[in-house]
Amino acid sequence: MSRLLPHSVVLLLLAGLAGCNSGPDPAQRQAAVDAFATVQKVFQHPRCQNCHIPGDQPLQFDEGLPHAMGVVRGPAGHGAEGLPCSTCHGEANPPASYGPHAPPGAPHWALPPPQQRMVTIGLSAPELCRMIQDKGQNGSRDFAALLKHVSEDKLVLWGWNPGGTRAPVSVPHAEFVAKFKTWTDAGAPCPTG
Amino acid sequence: MVSLTINGKTQQFDVPDDMPLLWVLRDVAGLTGTKFGCGMAQCGACTVHVDGAPLRACVMPVAAVAGKSVTTIEGLSPDASHPVQRAWAELDVVQCGYCQSGQIMSAAALLKAKPTPTDADIDAALSGNLCRCGTYQRIRAAVHRAAELAKG
Amino acid sequence: MTTATGTSRRDFLRTAALGAGGLVVAFFVPGTNRLAAAAPAAAAAPFAPNAFLRIAEDDTITVLLAHSEMGQGIWTSLPLLLAEELDADWSRIRVEHAPAAPDYFAVGMPMQFTGGSMTTWTEFERYRRAGATARALLIQAAARRFGVKTADCRCENGAVVAGDKRARYGELANDAARLTPPKTVALKDAKDWTFIGKPARRLDSPEKIDGRAKFGMDVQFDGLLTAVVARAPVFGGTVASFDASAARRVPGVRDVVQVPSGIAVVADHFWAAKLGRDALQIEWNPGPNAGLDSAVLQGDFLKTATDDGLPANQAGDAAAALAKAATRFEADYAVPYLAHAPMEPLNCTVRIEKDRCEVWTGTQFQTLDQAVTARITGLKPEQVTIHTMFLGGGFGRRATPTSDFVSEAVEVAKAAGKPVKTVWTREDDIRGGYYRPAFVHRVAVGLGTDGKPTAWQHRIVGQSILGNSPFQMMIKNGIDATSVEGVADSPYLKSVADRHVSLHSPELGIPVLWLRSVGHTHTGFVMESVIDELAKAAGKDPLAYRRELLAEHPRHLGVLELAAERAGWGTPLPPGRARGLAVHESFGSFAAQVAEVSIDNGAIRVHQVVCAIDCGIAVNPAGVVAQMESGIVFGISAALFGRLDIVNGRVQQSNYHDYRVLRMNQMPKIDVHIVPSQEKPGGVGEVGVPPVAAALANALSALTGKRQRELPLRATS
Repeated sequence: MSRLLPHSVVLLLLAGLAGCNSGPDPAQRQAAVDAFATVQKVFQHPRCQNCHIPGDQPLQFDEGLPHAMGVVRGPAGHGAEGLPCSTCHGEANPPASYGPHAPPGAPHWALPPPQQRMVTIGLSAPELCRMIQDKGQNGSRDFAALLKHVSEDKLVLWGWNPGGTRAPVSVPHAEFVAKFKTWTDAGAPCPTG
Repeated sequence: MVSLTINGKTQQFDVPDDMPLLWVLRDVAGLTGTKFGCGMAQCGACTVHVDGAPLRACVMPVAAVAGKSVTTIEGLSPDASHPVQRAWAELDVVQCGYCQSGQIMSAAALLKAKPTPTDADIDAALSGNLCRCGTYQRIRAAVHRAAELAKG
Repeated sequence: MTTATGTSRRDFLRTAALGAGGLVVAFFVPGTNRLAAAAPAAAAAPFAPNAFLRIAEDDTITVLLAHSEMGQGIWTSLPLLLAEELDADWSRIRVEHAPAAPDYFAVGMPMQFTGGSMTTWTEFERYRRAGATARALLIQAAARRFGVKTADCRCENGAVVAGDKRARYGELANDAARLTPPKTVALKDAKDWTFIGKPARRLDSPEKIDGRAKFGMDVQFDGLLTAVVARAPVFGGTVASFDASAARRVPGVRDVVQVPSGIAVVADHFWAAKLGRDALQIEWNPGPNAGLDSAVLQGDFLKTATDDGLPANQAGDAAAALAKAATRFEADYAVPYLAHAPMEPLNCTVRIEKDRCEVWTGTQFQTLDQAVTARITGLKPEQVTIHTMFLGGGFGRRATPTSDFVSEAVEVAKAAGKPVKTVWTREDDIRGGYYRPAFVHRVAVGLGTDGKPTAWQHRIVGQSILGNSPFQMMIKNGIDATSVEGVADSPYLKSVADRHVSLHSPELGIPVLWLRSVGHTHTGFVMESVIDELAKAAGKDPLAYRRELLAEHPRHLGVLELAAERAGWGTPLPPGRARGLAVHESFGSFAAQVAEVSIDNGAIRVHQVVCAIDCGIAVNPAGVVAQMESGIVFGISAALFGRLDIVNGRVQQSNYHDYRVLRMNQMPKIDVHIVPSQEKPGGVGEVGVPPVAAALANALSALTGKRQRELPLRATS
């Protein structure tokens, strides 16, 4: 039902729900906001944000250059009709013998679909914080689903094992998940300013 | 031992699991229509279809497509009658020809997904296929023509 | 313009009657097997292999090409010439690459090769004459059979007709083969041409759209192994020591052999050879070039340009005239090293036997390959068979004066003692040398009060591609003409009384080579950029200014006016777009181009290129259009992306991700217009390249107000 409501209403509802609970104490809230800094670091690492973009052309490399070959998001996030991501990106990184520049791979390699772009690139901390928990943008995921996504999704996990000479996400995965949990356990409070 | 169905024929290949599909096709199965150009999915000359979807065979370990159905340029049609091939002939697309197997396989994949592609669709689907002779203008025209031919 | 031509070369077009039947025209070339590599010992063809054409009893006309098909369309244009005079049934034409033999030497040259945009125009007489001679013999044979005079016979669509009598060429082939060919043959008047000048579809199209076409890379036969070679990371480096034990353990690896260029891993297939090469442990002696740096070299070239080099074109006193000129324009231009990067990586298959050697490869240089192979194997050249396969692009890379990729493959096969196909990876290709050399131009032009040049001083600095090669003798008075072509002979300089064009040819350890349009790749860019800058200095429109300067050059003017008109030169454009113009003569033809550009999202976007071409008689207009498109795309790739950086003697780029070429989504609309002409044919394959970079630079200058004098061009200057 939340899909039918404007985002602002959803946010108000979420805020209201949070308000109904006793809510985190200030210390827990502060710890959660601190934890979110780590979450942001991961979400805005090139391995993650290169595909969480507002436009239609994904980025690539640590520098975040426009993906070569005019690659586009396509109607479902799986690339253009006739040139799906899977044309080059397999279910796993290619063997090292294929060289450092062969396209990396992970299951369901894709961008978010155009209806829910889950844009993380270029967002301020408060904006990112709100986007992640906005079910209108995050694939209708609640906190549990989000936690599962960042803990287990194989495409997410690829960020820590990107192959070739690509820089992996700089925060250890376990630490990231722990921080994510700290943050969501406290109701995912957002930093101010 | 890896089992592949290539152009409708199921075969067993005694090759290492991580050997690229391209070299199994070319050097083991003897199907040389699929070309080697870059070895890193930059040029598209090695494009084949796996279970109907386009794939750059040079970066795909053969084990990853075990049991699947592979179509190469040799199997796209029995007699060059695929609409894309007919359009390519009609508009005299080829020059040196080395990239054209890949171009044709990519164009066929595009038309399957999008029977009436726009110029933007062609840009999006075929920019992964390099042509050093510069036949792009005729490729574009031939994709449009193939779309017409496919409708009969 | 009916032409009667004698058989100028001894034995040209002699006939040979053969037991199996049919007509063989031209030289007899013994002992060559033109069958597919996959079936080297298959049943003999109806006739022994031979030159130019043969006609079989089934009416098939096989045309043998003395040159290599690498995309430029001679597989179609040479048969058109022959079919024209033969009145052939076009549907019965078959084409083959000729073997390497003196009979197929380029007209007036001591070697068989493909290059210089020369094939169609140099063969314009020879292939027509071959067809005309065959036709004359077929008519003689028919006249005898019909009991009529030859004058009463005519040819149409592959048959001789006299009254109600009719005989197909195949039916006449045996009889015709027993006749003595005429001393002279009459060639058709141009007004009677039915093939020449009409757009023809490519004859190699069918086999290139279903995977049948065999490129060098596709050669396979029982017992053939594949090699991948580890070469020195620095040009001129040598192997100090190596350990092949890990390489030998790779499944499928059969042997590891040392050859002059490095260490070759020989295996059952490419992938095993490649893995074997990865596993090699090699210590290299880097040699004298380990310090080379292309950025430093450019600085050195600029310093060198402070002084005059060896004169390539001088008249009057350029320095004095410059000193007293009303206005003086000075600028430096620079272009980088470039790789050809044809789509088919280099490869060569070699089978050495006791008294013969066979080579299968896509080559532009059969005679040299044959000689080099003979030297390495200790055989005589005539014992070496070169099977020319389709070339997956050449652009000059498949014609090296050292026969580098052929000689290496012969060394590998010799060392391995087995038939071997040596395959280069893309990385090997980009880093393997033989580049278009980097050049610097320093240009100083004195302008009169009318804005026209009164003095021109032009210094060019860059490696010679002919120096230290078997073509060294082509260097005259220290001038490698390929370094200065397009400047020294520029139409703009002819009317400048005081001029001085000079050349410095530094000797460096970077292997350099001709690349499609050769010296014109940089001289076209520089000259047409300079002219645009001079127009601006004179306050004149670039088209109007060129019209003034080229008033005495009608063919330049012809293409210029046509391109400008079709591009709507001077008409308004959408905001953010601009046009640029360039015209350049090369390889006996004239091309003008108008490019329309914008800067979009931080990148140069080429929207359209309108091209006018005057190549004299356009033998196959469809082929001419294709070659203009091709040259323009090649030129745009170089102008927007082409650049090799050498640091510590090592080429930094390695594959198409960092040595980029134009893709479909960057492709402009290209509009080609052919100037109708009865002038003798000129070149086509390279003529589209030279104006492109200048047209783009001029358009960008018009767009941004900033002049870029270095390639590749940038979106921000």
